[in-house]
Amino acid sequence: MTATTNRPGPGPISPPAKPNLLYRPEFRQAVYQILLAACLIFAFWTIASNVSDNLARQNIASGFGFWNRTAGFDISQSLIAYSNQSTYGQAFWAGLLNTLLVAAIGIVFATILGFLVGIGRLSSNWLIARICGAYVEILRNLPLLLQLFFWYFAVLKNLPGPRQSFSLPLGASLNVRGLYLPAPVPGPGFRAVLIALAIGVVASFAVAIWAKRRQRETGERFPVLWTTLALILLLPGAVYIALGQPLSFEYPALRGFNFQGGIAIQPELMALVVGLSTYTASFIAEIVRAGIAGVPRGQREAANAVGLSKGLTMRLVILPQALRIIIPPLTSQYLNLAKNSSLAVAIGYPDFVSVFTGTVLNQTGQAVEVILLTMLVFLTISLITSAFMNWFNKHIALVER
Amino acid sequence: MTSTTSEMRPPRSEVGVIGWLRKNLFSSPTNAILTIVGIWIIWSAVSGVAHWAFANATWDGTSGKDCTWPGAGACWPFIEAKFSQFMYGRYPEPQRWRVDLTYVLAVVGLVPLMIPRVPGKLFNTIYMIVFFPVAAFLLLSGGYFGLPYVPTELWGGLLVTLVVASVGIAGAFPLGILLALGRRSRMPIVRWVSVAFIELVRGVPLITVLFMASVMLPLFLPEGMTIDKLMRALIMVALFAAAYLAEVIRGGLQAIPRGQFEAADALGLTYAQKMGLIVLPQALKLVIPGIVNTFIGLFKDTSLVLIIGIFDVLGIVQLNQTDANWFSPSTAMTGYVFAGLVFWIFCFGMSRYSLFIERRLAESDRR
Repeated sequence: MTATTNRPGPGPISPPAKPNLLYRPEFRQAVYQILLAACLIFAFWTIASNVSDNLARQNIASGFGFWNRTAGFDISQSLIAYSNQSTYGQAFWAGLLNTLLVAAIGIVFATILGFLVGIGRLSSNWLIARICGAYVEILRNLPLLLQLFFWYFAVLKNLPGPRQSFSLPLGASLNVRGLYLPAPVPGPGFRAVLIALAIGVVASFAVAIWAKRRQRETGERFPVLWTTLALILLLPGAVYIALGQPLSFEYPALRGFNFQGGIAIQPELMALVVGLSTYTASFIAEIVRAGIAGVPRGQREAANAVGLSKGLTMRLVILPQALRIIIPPLTSQYLNLAKNSSLAVAIGYPDFVSVFTGTVLNQTGQAVEVILLTMLVFLTISLITSAFMNWFNKHIALVER
Repeated sequence: MTSTTSEMRPPRSEVGVIGWLRKNLFSSPTNAILTIVGIWIIWSAVSGVAHWAFANATWDGTSGKDCTWPGAGACWPFIEAKFSQFMYGRYPEPQRWRVDLTYVLAVVGLVPLMIPRVPGKLFNTIYMIVFFPVAAFLLLSGGYFGLPYVPTELWGGLLVTLVVASVGIAGAFPLGILLALGRRSRMPIVRWVSVAFIELVRGVPLITVLFMASVMLPLFLPEGMTIDKLMRALIMVALFAAAYLAEVIRGGLQAIPRGQFEAADALGLTYAQKMGLIVLPQALKLVIPGIVNTFIGLFKDTSLVLIIGIFDVLGIVQLNQTDANWFSPSTAMTGYVFAGLVFWIFCFGMSRYSLFIERRLAESDRR
């Protein structure tokens, strides 16, 4: 009752008194943020001063002066010209290209295998569904490093030597030193075939765009698949035959103690590609399965009702809708694969981390610069991949009215 | 009155085993071919494994020579001889009861916690959060109560795997929640710091983070101060997993309807009460599968510590491959199969347990 007696009779209710400064959310938020920022600045300042003290004491140079110095070590596989006389900068690029090579090959194989297993898991065939399920459950519950060791040390390093190597179809051979493939040797005039191929690819894109526009306007369909196949296969094929088949193959042959000629693929690269792609495929399979299962059942029933065959139902109705669910998690799997390729360091494949963060860091001792550059490279790869996949995602997104 | 005709039985080819076979394995020519291919795959896998692990395996022996004969399969004596190393690393033999006792304490706390029907969850949780970590640290590391000190360089094998995984999980969980809340905070500086940390860590591979722990962290510290190598790896693994966990938990937070936040505000709850009592219990429940997947990933990632010279199960197996006494063509394969079984049992167990909890929670939601 005391509260009411204080009030000066009926009238406009006075606004509530401003709360104490301490209880105002804006003030408290400002204090929290200033405290956090102060802590961070203090931590960074302490770390920076410690680092400069430690570096000075250990006589380690700072800055990127090492970039143009001679590296003095060899890299067993390089896509660019590299020798032990090259600079650290060239070692950086050689390692980075090796990482990108593994990531690109791995992504292609992982996607194919992952889609096959994922679709197989939903197969009406009981046996196939079980086999695909077992594949996923076994592979994704084992560490990738263990799988890489398995492929490299237990499988590929146990292959017979060059003299007893396995002969594979098309003149390839497999032994403990790696996989040897026949190398194509372009003859005179082969460039014309490549130009024809390029023309074919460009022309088929043009045809596809034109056909799509025509179908949207008139409803008439155009046999895009067959035209495209003809343009891409027949056009270069005709040029190839007309020029007298200007392409020969150099087959690897056993000379002395090893194979000479052809394309040699190191066992390290093979183990890495096989391990990365089978491991990532088990995750992609789960994503694909979830994506397909996420398409409403009515869509499949409607496709059955209009009389589409099973294959057409999958290709025209289910997959285009499932892809929208699949793409975002698929992107992160691709990124994981690219990041996981850094495990190459454990089996001796000269990837970016092994060459740069491993050898270059050890030789120069410039930990801060090397680690910063490493992180920068991986962040760039992540950003580029997600930008591309976001673009692709937008491209296939459902256009609603 | 019309007499009812007795119900006709379905044709024999549509029911029973034959019906099942026709429906599930041979419904079309393509399916029949797939079935045959499937049988071939299963046959070659099963017979290959059976030959390697049993029929052609070496069961007795004292060195790699006993496992070296044409067509030799698994080299089981290698596992037998090295088993205690795989479990404890170089932990001194007379002190190994301490590791075993830690395992017993963990099981005593964990099993009743994981079975929903067992009462006393509060005491159980306090035991696991407060008592067990202290007890485990004192037991494993020693140096107190007359227990001799065992430096972490001697730890190895399954012990290190479990220590890294459980400390990583215990550290990553609260940190992940904080980061997720920070990322959704209205305070810009808190939000930027959380976003920067999460995106930076998720953008780089764990190996570079571990490299950083082994070469950069010593530079960060003032002269004369060092952190134990295992401790450095533990910190880095926990920080790494926290960033991934934060994104999973953020997904859960975003799924909570705005009305829940507003209702909590209307009741006059503080921020901590609102999050702790209203939002987080619902959000975490939604993302249990994601959280468990992150933990499985963390468990598998513990194997990477071998790259900076800490020997977990895989590291110890890898180290023992080079033992000249056990050199044989099948030593490597046998070791990896053993390490694989250990990892697989833990990861598969975790994923099955998460399925069980998910189903249970789904049931409790049904009205």
